[in-house]
Amino acid sequence: MTPFYLFAAIAVGASLLVIAQRNPVYSVLLLIASFGALSGLYVLLDAPFVAVIQIIVYAGAIMVLFLFVVMLLNAPHEETPYDEQVHPLMRPGPMRLGAVLALGLVVELIWALEKGAESGRFAGGAVSNVGAIGRLLFTEYAFAFEVTSILIIVAMVGAVVLARREGAR
Amino acid sequence: MIDQVLIPLLKIVIVLNATLVAVTYMVLLERKVIAWAQSRLGPMRVGPYGVLQPIADAIKLMIKEDITPVRADKWVFTAAPIISMVPALIVYAVIPFGPTVSLFGRKVSLYITDINVGLLYIVSVASVGVYGIILAGYSSNSKYPLLASLRASAQLISYEVAVTLTLVSVILMAGSLSMVEIVNAQYNQHVWFVFAQPFAFVLVLIGGLAETNRAPFDLPEAEQELTGGFHTEYSGMRFALFFLAEYANMIVVSSVVTTLFLGGWLPPFPNVGALHLLYYVPSWTWFLIKSFLFLYLFIWIRATLPRYRYDQLMRLGWKVLIPLAILNLVVTGIVKVMLM
Repeated sequence: MTPFYLFAAIAVGASLLVIAQRNPVYSVLLLIASFGALSGLYVLLDAPFVAVIQIIVYAGAIMVLFLFVVMLLNAPHEETPYDEQVHPLMRPGPMRLGAVLALGLVVELIWALEKGAESGRFAGGAVSNVGAIGRLLFTEYAFAFEVTSILIIVAMVGAVVLARREGAR
Repeated sequence: MIDQVLIPLLKIVIVLNATLVAVTYMVLLERKVIAWAQSRLGPMRVGPYGVLQPIADAIKLMIKEDITPVRADKWVFTAAPIISMVPALIVYAVIPFGPTVSLFGRKVSLYITDINVGLLYIVSVASVGVYGIILAGYSSNSKYPLLASLRASAQLISYEVAVTLTLVSVILMAGSLSMVEIVNAQYNQHVWFVFAQPFAFVLVLIGGLAETNRAPFDLPEAEQELTGGFHTEYSGMRFALFFLAEYANMIVVSSVVTTLFLGGWLPPFPNVGALHLLYYVPSWTWFLIKSFLFLYLFIWIRATLPRYRYDQLMRLGWKVLIPLAILNLVVTGIVKVMLM
């Protein structure tokens, strides 16, 4: 049980610090730490494949891009005295939307924790077999799998089209 | 108790120390081999033929002044060398140096652990290693390290795709992600995968060179353009940590290529009965000999090939290696299905 509490504490602590940080680069780093702890939790759940994929996809690929963007755009430290004075729900447009969404997330989380405490349980070792995961992906979940890959390709093509300069050959 | 705790701990201590010693001596080997390639003698002063040079180097690096630039981001600046060193070392957890042997009447496996996603674990740990370089460049608050770190991360991400895609065809051949099972598959199929997957072998080797920032892909350390590269602002032991990580990664790539393509700990022609006397040589010796060949190849390439230009590097990665990797994967899949 101890490793669970260790990883859980790191995940929660790092995630809280992500939003408490003023330096965006630190936020990215703490998010990576949080992903690492999550992957540790997956190992404890007998799902090493998910744990490893979590590191490859999130920590290894997506967060590198995040870090790139934060470094290259030279995002300033968030230090506006205005934020401190006004209640989050009273701020202009996007901030208010964000606050409402966050509130919705909290409600959803509480609802999910109340309802589905015992629904998604797997037997120990049920998802540790990579072959079994592959077979499931290409038979039972083939449609969802293919739709996801088409979505990703569409996003990639869209990014290339948007980023291409007119007349550049 | 002994099997659960003591033996794994002992193995970890042995592997870590052996790696660090190997890494320091890789530096000497590199200097020597490059010197020979250039008709020089290389280090000769410390000990006979300079064999004690790494010790002198280590002492020098440890007693050097450790400078942190004033405008640097102190926390990240300190963490960056650690972040690049740790992934380079924890990869050794899944590298099989030999099969399970009996030692003093006890079954001991010559690897720290064998997990069923071993190869993916190596890929994932390698993908985390890039943070060390990016953060070193960012936190130095200096233009050349930043440029180098951007180059490095773009290079590492591009070649990671090609290498990982190529590894899939090896996994198809072996039918397993476990490093030990991949070696066993080469024994059972009577062939080292270098002969079954020659394209994959070449692709992984090229990708491995790029992933470890070795010549001809050493753009992050292009001293002529970047005054040293991502570690320009580092000094003393922290500077050394980046190099230790690079050499440790070289050993990792050599070990992985050996395991995947040259049958790991298996002797040459493992299934030929007449050559059975080769089994009297300890299995890990074969592993070390094969890995050493690749390390030597890495140094040899550095001594002979000029550095790629940045656009050439990107073109090679995206327009040559990745399509070839996908083609290789498709052909492997078709052949595998036809043979079934």
